[in-house]
Amino acid sequence: MFEDMKSIYLTIVLAPLIGSVIAGLFGRAIGRSGAHWVTIIGVGVSAILSLVAYKHIVFDGGEIFNGTIFTWLTTASYSFEIGFLIDHLSVSMMVVVSFVSWMIHIYTIGYMHDDPGYQRFFSYISLFTFAMLMLVMSNNFLQLFFGWEAVGLVSYLLIGFWFKRESAIFANLKAFLVNRVGDFGFLLGIAAVLMYFNTLDYAEVFRMAPDLAGTTVQIIDGQEWLLMTVICICLFIGAMGKSAQVPLHVWLPDSMEGPTPISALIHAATMVTAGIFMVARMSPLYEFSETALSFILVIGALTAFFMGLLGLVQNDIKRVIAYSTLSQLGYMTVALGASAYAAAIFHLVTHAFFKALLFLAAGSVIIAMHHEQDMRKMGGLYRYMPITWFTCLIGSLALIGFPLTSGFFSKDAIIEAVHHSTLPGANLAYWAVLSGVFVTALYSFRLFFLTFHGKERIDRETWSHLHESPGVVTVPLLVLAVPSLIIGGFLIGPMLFGDYFRDAIYVAPAHDVLGAIGEGYHGIWSFTLHAFQTPAVYLALAGVVTAWLLYIKFPQVPDIIARRFSLIHRILLNKYGFDDFNQAVFAGGTRGIGNLLWRIGDVRVIDGVLVNGTARAVRRVSAIMRQVQSGYLYDYAFAMIIGLLILLAVFVHQILF
Amino acid sequence: MELNLPFLSILIWAPILGGIWVLYAGDRQEQTVKVLSLSVSVIVFLVSVLAWFSFNTGTHAMQFVELTSWIETFNINYHLGVDGISLPLILLTTFTTVLVIISAWEVIETRVSQYMAAFLILEGLMNGVFAALDAMLFYFFWEAMLIPMFLIIGVWGGPRRVYATIKFFLYTFLGSIFMLVALLYLYSQAGSFNILDLHNQPLSLLAQQLIFIAFLLAFAVKIPMWPVHTWLPDAHVEAPTGGSVILAAIMLKMGGYGFLRFSLPIAPDASQALDSFMIVLSLIAIVYIGFVALVQNDMKKLIAYSSISHMGFVTLGFFIGFSTWAATGNTDAAVMGLEGGMMQMISHGFISGALFLCVGVLYDRLHSREISDYGGVANTMPQFAAFMMLFAMANSGLPGTSGFVGEFLVILSAFQASFWIAFLAALTLILGAAYTLWMYKRVIFGDVANQNVAELTDINGREKFILIVLAAVVLLFGIWPAPLFEVMHPTFEHLFEHITQSKLPG
Repeated sequence: MFEDMKSIYLTIVLAPLIGSVIAGLFGRAIGRSGAHWVTIIGVGVSAILSLVAYKHIVFDGGEIFNGTIFTWLTTASYSFEIGFLIDHLSVSMMVVVSFVSWMIHIYTIGYMHDDPGYQRFFSYISLFTFAMLMLVMSNNFLQLFFGWEAVGLVSYLLIGFWFKRESAIFANLKAFLVNRVGDFGFLLGIAAVLMYFNTLDYAEVFRMAPDLAGTTVQIIDGQEWLLMTVICICLFIGAMGKSAQVPLHVWLPDSMEGPTPISALIHAATMVTAGIFMVARMSPLYEFSETALSFILVIGALTAFFMGLLGLVQNDIKRVIAYSTLSQLGYMTVALGASAYAAAIFHLVTHAFFKALLFLAAGSVIIAMHHEQDMRKMGGLYRYMPITWFTCLIGSLALIGFPLTSGFFSKDAIIEAVHHSTLPGANLAYWAVLSGVFVTALYSFRLFFLTFHGKERIDRETWSHLHESPGVVTVPLLVLAVPSLIIGGFLIGPMLFGDYFRDAIYVAPAHDVLGAIGEGYHGIWSFTLHAFQTPAVYLALAGVVTAWLLYIKFPQVPDIIARRFSLIHRILLNKYGFDDFNQAVFAGGTRGIGNLLWRIGDVRVIDGVLVNGTARAVRRVSAIMRQVQSGYLYDYAFAMIIGLLILLAVFVHQILF
Repeated sequence: MELNLPFLSILIWAPILGGIWVLYAGDRQEQTVKVLSLSVSVIVFLVSVLAWFSFNTGTHAMQFVELTSWIETFNINYHLGVDGISLPLILLTTFTTVLVIISAWEVIETRVSQYMAAFLILEGLMNGVFAALDAMLFYFFWEAMLIPMFLIIGVWGGPRRVYATIKFFLYTFLGSIFMLVALLYLYSQAGSFNILDLHNQPLSLLAQQLIFIAFLLAFAVKIPMWPVHTWLPDAHVEAPTGGSVILAAIMLKMGGYGFLRFSLPIAPDASQALDSFMIVLSLIAIVYIGFVALVQNDMKKLIAYSSISHMGFVTLGFFIGFSTWAATGNTDAAVMGLEGGMMQMISHGFISGALFLCVGVLYDRLHSREISDYGGVANTMPQFAAFMMLFAMANSGLPGTSGFVGEFLVILSAFQASFWIAFLAALTLILGAAYTLWMYKRVIFGDVANQNVAELTDINGREKFILIVLAAVVLLFGIWPAPLFEVMHPTFEHLFEHITQSKLPG
């Protein structure tokens, strides 16, 4: 059985890779349909085998797999390996990744129908699936970093997929570089792990973690820091890049320049959750550093609340959803900080489904509107696109946490968990996520009403072609709507309060907020009833009502508010100035330093004074001595060599005799 | 496999004799000359592959040793041999030469036979540098190698080739003169030019320090280290594509090889005493040069500066070991740093070679290296764009490409010496990606920038072949570098053991 499972796991990662390579290298030979068939079959195999693995591990209680595939390299006593750890955590991620990816492959047939880069696109998304699976299935930090950077690469390629657009190629470079800032921290974290644990293997590191919990290190003289704090914060900096947490969030809104299926797959459902997954995976380390946990709480809280606010002023339908993603990632991060890792993963799973659904619904709208993304030019679309309207409604309800939808359970669990947490920063985080609920409902239904209801603001040309999207688009929407609605109710019991993750996630008894909530948990109905005694549900409803009042009932009011509070409005439109700051200080600054070092350091000082100066000096001396000034470089060179030979002779003479 | 071939003599003399034959054939039969040169380089490459597989990875001792007396009066011998340091570099040389000869096929139009001959002779001399175990023999190859390179830049180079060649020649010549002095001094002490004898020669700290500095001048110029690096961008810009490839892929590695073969084992106490100086210079190379690369407008200059920055990892890996060892008391991390530096040399050979070939492909079509003359190349050369993407990512150290391996190991090793050294070195993650991908964006992405770009034709079969081969190697060593480390490891373990034993007399 063990050997069999290993080949299944190998097939799960290799099938999408093979599909990707075939579609990428032989795209012209196999044609458009060849490319989508080969990749859809590849990812389909992955998805089905992931379900098999899921059943094996979760339902049948099968053996957890922790084994090496091959040795990457060995130097001295260090051995770096590529291997898999398939436990309850990774197998859940595998199902989400491969399943969502599969749906998006199918959807892409419709969305990218007329695109000349059709084969290339399929090759990229399959490659992404491979990289993401390698990331979640890894059993060591090295492979984690491989997957981590590889998903970043594919994200880069896909954001810049339409490489003729200046905005797209600006966005992809920005995304890659901001992620590299995160990876910079991540790599230092890995280096610290290797230094103190002498291995990069998860199981060994986690086993030794308690022994090293008290170790301190000095990075700045006189400052003793807990080793765990240093490692955890370094690793978390990586997560801040990948999972777009303030202040490394700036790349995610711009990443919407990529085609919509990518926004759904990479920039909502899977890749951006890699950071969340990573921290949950590292729970045996994070549990030993309250400083790191508090840091995570605060960063997550800031992201959850302030990024949600930005969603209120965006007019591009995809950008609203992008800010919503940022804010939801903030929720997950807050959960991690509160040691409610299971709640973070739970929200990750539900969010993957409903956010993919929302993006694909937005994509369906964008197809119908002939690639118009401005919501001010939409309105009343429910008449023309009933399936899109309906599925988008489900996605929005799940997003705002409407009772009994999947998002309700996962978000409420996070709010409750933070409420129970006693770590520094938990109080702030609680208020942030709670008020975030209102903001979420407001921007979600602002989007929903502006797009589907109210006055039709569509131009005549587009209007005449307006119709519901084809089956390859609507079927994935309907398929994703199902888990968006019901998966929360199914998973909450086992995942949060049961023994779902077994040993995959470790929580110190003092931090066990979910355990505390679990004592009062008696099934989903009582959980829902209990929720009506807390403010979150009412805040969500208030948000919807406010959206209705502002965008349906009194559509002139938003402009009045914007004018009245023009300062705040401007701050929000400028996204708190992060982009301007980065552009001026980091982009401009590095170029300034570069120019300074080059023009002054290299050209003026080293070449000007030292190199050519020496040549000039030699020339002058030789001119005096030999009364020759030919002006030919050869002569200066000759003079220089003569000079050196004299020096040499003196030197040799002194040493030898 | 046990073969008693004089591998090293074949690797040195076959290309040199082949080169002379090519010269003799002359330009009248251009096609014959090309086929002949290619055949020689391929045969030499195959011989080196055979040597690779005959190499015993279980020992650090020199293998395929050849020893014949050369100049008896001064005890100078024709003494050859390879270990886990030199063998990979020889393979890199023979591999790169094949590609360079193919790359010249339709591109070089004047004095074809001389061009081919120069590269073949250069190949033999470079193999000689890596295989020589006699210091005088080494010095002979080391200096002789400059002549074909000087000619390659001077004859087939760009408009400012004279300035560039003189600068190149003076810089390197200046450095090597001090090396000669050091070697003569060592001879006076040891009575032998056998490099292995010199390794075991006890020396006072002052003598070691002077020797170290003399060697440093030679090797630092070659590799090159800040601040003696300014010859490299000029030489690259003026050199023909093949010259740039050899320069970047192999000649820079001579400096690194020198540190491993001479500086560290001959003057270990001085190396240890001066290691922080070397670390600082390496970090300056990585960070300072990274910034400088960012603002270049000329693609070749940019890649040249990127080479200097990457070479910073080589010297960092070589000299971080003492502090790593002092900080942890564990030699494994120090050996990891050394091997990381070595891996970086090999990998950089492929990646920078590939990038210079890519620039060559563009230059052959548009006769410009200016970034601003391009834009939107992906529209007209999609296949080329895909290859260049891979090499750009490899240059940014993406995991899964060979560019990642060396940097990763050096950073891991440096971290054990000091958080801040690793911190500064790891900045390359950001800087390397910034300068490489920004260039890529401006050259390849975007809408078609001008009429010239609109008329570009995608790579032909010959160019594609070269890029496929390089891509395969870059990926192979990124995904599975283990075989290379197997060859290197015994030598490096021995090297570190050797350099941690004091050679101070009494």
